[in-house]
Amino acid sequence: MWEYTDKVKEHFLNPKNVGEMKDATAVGEVGSIACGDALKLFLKIEDGVIQDASFQTFGCASAIASSSALTELVKGKTVDEALKITNKDIATALGGLPREKMHCSVMGQEALEAAIKTWRGEKVASHEHSEGEIVCECFGVTDEQILSAVRENDLKTIEDVTYYTKAGGGCAKCHEKIAELIAQARGENLAAPAPKPAKRLTNIQRMRMIEEVLEKEIRPRLQLDGGDIELADIEGLVVSVTLRGRCVGCPSSQATVHGVVETILREKVDPEIQVREV
Amino acid sequence: MSSPVIYMDNNATTRVAPEVLEAMLPFFSERYGNPSSMHSFGGAVGKEMREARENLADLLGCGTDEIVFTSCGTEADNTAIRSALAAQPEKRHIVTTRVEHPAVLSLCKFLERSQGYRVTYLGVDAEGKLDMQELADSLTDDTAVVSIMWANNETGVIFPIPEIATLAKSRGIFMHTDAVQAVGKIPISLKDLDVDMLALSGHKLHAPKGIGALYVRRKLPYRPFLIGGHQEHGRRAGTENTTGIIALGAAAKAAKAHIPLENTTVRALRDKLENALLAAVPDSRLNGHKEDRLPNTANISFKYVEGEAILLLLDQLGIAASSGSACTSGSLEPSHVLRAMGVPFTYAHGSIRFSLSRYTTEADVDYVINNVPGIIETLRKISPYKKGAADPLDPKPACGC
Repeated sequence: MWEYTDKVKEHFLNPKNVGEMKDATAVGEVGSIACGDALKLFLKIEDGVIQDASFQTFGCASAIASSSALTELVKGKTVDEALKITNKDIATALGGLPREKMHCSVMGQEALEAAIKTWRGEKVASHEHSEGEIVCECFGVTDEQILSAVRENDLKTIEDVTYYTKAGGGCAKCHEKIAELIAQARGENLAAPAPKPAKRLTNIQRMRMIEEVLEKEIRPRLQLDGGDIELADIEGLVVSVTLRGRCVGCPSSQATVHGVVETILREKVDPEIQVREV
Repeated sequence: MSSPVIYMDNNATTRVAPEVLEAMLPFFSERYGNPSSMHSFGGAVGKEMREARENLADLLGCGTDEIVFTSCGTEADNTAIRSALAAQPEKRHIVTTRVEHPAVLSLCKFLERSQGYRVTYLGVDAEGKLDMQELADSLTDDTAVVSIMWANNETGVIFPIPEIATLAKSRGIFMHTDAVQAVGKIPISLKDLDVDMLALSGHKLHAPKGIGALYVRRKLPYRPFLIGGHQEHGRRAGTENTTGIIALGAAAKAAKAHIPLENTTVRALRDKLENALLAAVPDSRLNGHKEDRLPNTANISFKYVEGEAILLLLDQLGIAASSGSACTSGSLEPSHVLRAMGVPFTYAHGSIRFSLSRYTTEADVDYVINNVPGIIETLRKISPYKKGAADPLDPKPACGC
């Protein structure tokens, strides 16, 4: 049982600013259902000031509480002021979080950053941490994220890094690399990061790309015909989907699954993807 | 705990039955003697211990000389597997499943990683069942032990241990079963089976924590784990946990008497709970085979919401349950059991296990039935994931796609 502060409990039991904001001017999305938590942050920015904020969160109590606290923190702030908010500020607003749950506050800070970037028209690969090289393949965490978490929160151990970023919380293969990054960040901030090797697609990256392609390209196409599709599961290269709407029971649904869905996913994500209807 | 609790977490631990507590208490105070002593003050405790052993042997359908008391289920599992390996040093292969409790799974991974054993982890299907052909195909002349749980702690799914044991025996392979969740819930008669070793834990059947037992079939080559004194006929050194043993004996006696109740009353309550929740909450699903399951366990997934958040809202209402969500354990990964079953991640993070006992009342069940749907609805309002705009239940005209 986690030891949550009264403020965490209050924000969890009575979260502030829940729900989609129809007239939002900035939206930031981080996490995914595969990772176990996800946050969609909505901001209404007028004249450089955040007039309103709301959120939708899938996740545990501290993820919901962090999101709620974040929306309260940013309201009334200018965009520049908001960008100075760190994960520590979110944790402080909650009277502290259990160490193991600090990644929830980091998720809040990342969503805020993503929302403001979108608002500024900067390119954000919203479902993918595009900066840096992936270190933790299980949770898709990059070296840049780890370095910044170590610096901002004065982290000392691999365990700390896992609590703050989730990195290293799965198969543990990356522990050695995390230890190097801790040493690098703590040794001296001036040490330039090592040259980055070419990226390759990790499981998490692939999952996120599939989710994005489905959402942005495939669903709109099916919806034109009154149909729809829902992602059921991803296991390696096998993508399971459920057809909805007018696709249900449609004689050419198999053609849709293979001819449309599989073709697009193979083209955009990975040529070896197989799509199954469940 | 001062406030009353609706306790639906009996696969985690159970309350000590009043008759068990009463039986064990004197052995803390006036009857504190050591059963190994020569004086009658200690020897009299030994006599009570023999009776406890008889009660446990009666529950398991085995001989009293086939029982070794341990400190917990994990110790029994570790002892069994290590003993099987030590007794057959030339064999280097272990067969187990992907859905074992960490008491077996982590040990197998350790043996694989640091001692060079080869381990086969058998998969399960979507309902949590084993493929017997896959099992048969995995056995080799190099296989030292097959270790397969009797019933799964998360889903309650029961594996066909009698058949598995017969298969292992036909190949001359030791068969161990982690029966921690099965003992006391379903009838077991070891004398009729080819099982070689079986682990159990007291606190899952209304005895206290800190006592377990290992069944070792008579004449099975055996190597002790704890080396020291002559206790348990040299099979497990260390002064006996006399209070725990007396308690386990009393609990075994009560369990034997209550097995029919577990499979009628408790099962009916579980079914009522499960059917009501699945009917009341859209996008919910049962995890595990509907029939081949412990009578007390219901594992239900609620789509689009996360388990820890559900548990904490249940906790606010005084309901104690558990979850296979990543966040509850701090491990960050969702339940290995549900993932092995291929439960989609849209469901795996939102799984809740309700596990009942003979102390669960109909009022408890009704209370849970009345409160869970509202909790799920509350969390779904917060979640960014929702059922797509096109509801599959909407009547639609013939499709034109």
